[in-house]
Amino acid sequence: MIRAVIVDDEDLARAVAREFLSAHADIEVVAECSNGFECVKTVQELKPDLLLLDIQMPKLDGFEALELLDAERLAVVFLTAYDQYAMRAFEIHAVDYLLKPFSKQRFDAAIERARARLGQSPPRAADLAAAARGPGQFLERIVVQDGARVHVVAADKLDWVEAQDDYVSLHSQGREYLKQQTISSLEERLDPSRFLRIHRSVIVNLERVARIEPYTKDSRLAILANGTKLPVSRAGYARLKEMLDARG
Amino acid sequence: MHPILASRGRLALYLTAWMSLVALFVSILALAGVVGWVEGAAVVGPVYFLYSFFCLSTWHLCRAFPLGVARTPVLVAVLAAAPAAMSAGWVAVLSAHASFAARWFPTVDQRLAHAGPALFGGGVFFALLAIAMHYVLLAFEASREAQKREGVARLAARDAELRALKAQVNPHFLFNSLHSISALTSIDPAQAREMCILLADFLRLTLAVGDKTSIRLGEELALARNYLAVEKIRFRARLRVEEDLAPECDNFVVPPLLLQPLVENAVRHGVATLSDGAFVRISAACASGALRLVVENNFDPEAPPRRSGGLGLKNVRERLKARHGAQARLDAAPRDDVFRAALELPAQTEEPSK
Repeated sequence: MIRAVIVDDEDLARAVAREFLSAHADIEVVAECSNGFECVKTVQELKPDLLLLDIQMPKLDGFEALELLDAERLAVVFLTAYDQYAMRAFEIHAVDYLLKPFSKQRFDAAIERARARLGQSPPRAADLAAAARGPGQFLERIVVQDGARVHVVAADKLDWVEAQDDYVSLHSQGREYLKQQTISSLEERLDPSRFLRIHRSVIVNLERVARIEPYTKDSRLAILANGTKLPVSRAGYARLKEMLDARG
Repeated sequence: MHPILASRGRLALYLTAWMSLVALFVSILALAGVVGWVEGAAVVGPVYFLYSFFCLSTWHLCRAFPLGVARTPVLVAVLAAAPAAMSAGWVAVLSAHASFAARWFPTVDQRLAHAGPALFGGGVFFALLAIAMHYVLLAFEASREAQKREGVARLAARDAELRALKAQVNPHFLFNSLHSISALTSIDPAQAREMCILLADFLRLTLAVGDKTSIRLGEELALARNYLAVEKIRFRARLRVEEDLAPECDNFVVPPLLLQPLVENAVRHGVATLSDGAFVRISAACASGALRLVVENNFDPEAPPRRSGGLGLKNVRERLKARHGAQARLDAAPRDDVFRAALELPAQTEEPSK
């Protein structure tokens, strides 16, 4: 039995998916969600195999929800009305994407592909979200799960990031959020004109840097506007100086 | 900046023309036997040449009393008094110079004093000529300026209209509505049909107003109502529509599809970001020659960012500016969790004459 979750903020859109799925005897709809928060919570609790996911939704969009999902076996089919950006990227990893309105035949083809994918080992959901977002689009919001709660940290409110083993610690407005992600993968997703890796384990928001002070022979300290002191490696200093000079 | 002093070419042309006039004037004086040729060239010529610079000051006079704006009696008085005063002053300068020059040219001062009226007349003639020239220059510059301004405004208007036409039917809206109809065909065929008809009416109205330059506010509101009826089926109970419309405003005219982007924004950034539902409130009021339209909606300030935001507002602003200039405005801003877009434009019952 394939266990499916339908995620769409519109009742009628969920009804279409439910109706089309009812013809597949081997698929059971275990839950329906109407926004990204619910989606994250439900998928983590119920661990479904198949996710039919809308993109534009209240609270968290489809990409952001996927970002928090780390289900090993999860086939994702995107349902979207009109989205050029995503379409290009979906071809890489998503099981399928369906453009609304879709026919029963087209829907069944997507389900067929999902069945085939569930036989193999699917890519991690978070990687899928990263791929779907596509190149040239940097994170404006970072989603972090803390128990049952989901925090949304706006990129421009992010002061600095510190690597802690497999986690990153995000510092924003005096608060700290822990997220399971490597610092390198986060670095790739942040806008390089606003964020810089100044040390093996530190990314800083350039707008927060107040001054740079010498520390040891080979290293320096970046002092942030709020007084925080961050280590700067030699290579990091060269990049930081270049960026700050370029900004004037 | 003075139009003649601003350009060397113009100044050279002006001085050359002036020198020929002065030469003619001196020749007349010489032929009339008032002065000899050498006296004319040495005493009268230089003084009247310097007068050319004095006459440039009439530019300020022309700007202060523009033709067609200043009242005729005032204009006649100014045009009589100013050249007379200028000329009288210059005759005094000439006579001072002549009494100095009388050392080398005996009695030149007495002879010039006898010819006083002729010298005065010449000075008045020169001043009037300078005034006429400045009026011509001012008119020339004004028309060039107007042409430039009109060109810019026309371009901006056409651009904005073109973009408005392109953005006429939002593809998100169209595809999502069709998807809702697809859902309803099996759940509630009657409502599917109703939505088809509402959508068709909306598309027909949109196409019909597309090539008009103005429509009645009543028509624009009907379009918005039609659009919201479709969205109400799509969002069901989540969307609440409130209206506060003064019926007496319906006959004023507005550019077609001016309100529509604001209503679409209210849905896209409002109900689409809130699971528990949202309101869209449209109000229309007209007072003291102004038409005031307000679209409000609540929204989730922490909603995921939507692509292609702000274009609708920019477009509306440009169209208003191209058509009404400073007489119209759009104020759009969030306050807490309510976004408010307020349009104000002149209340006109028909299209402004071109």
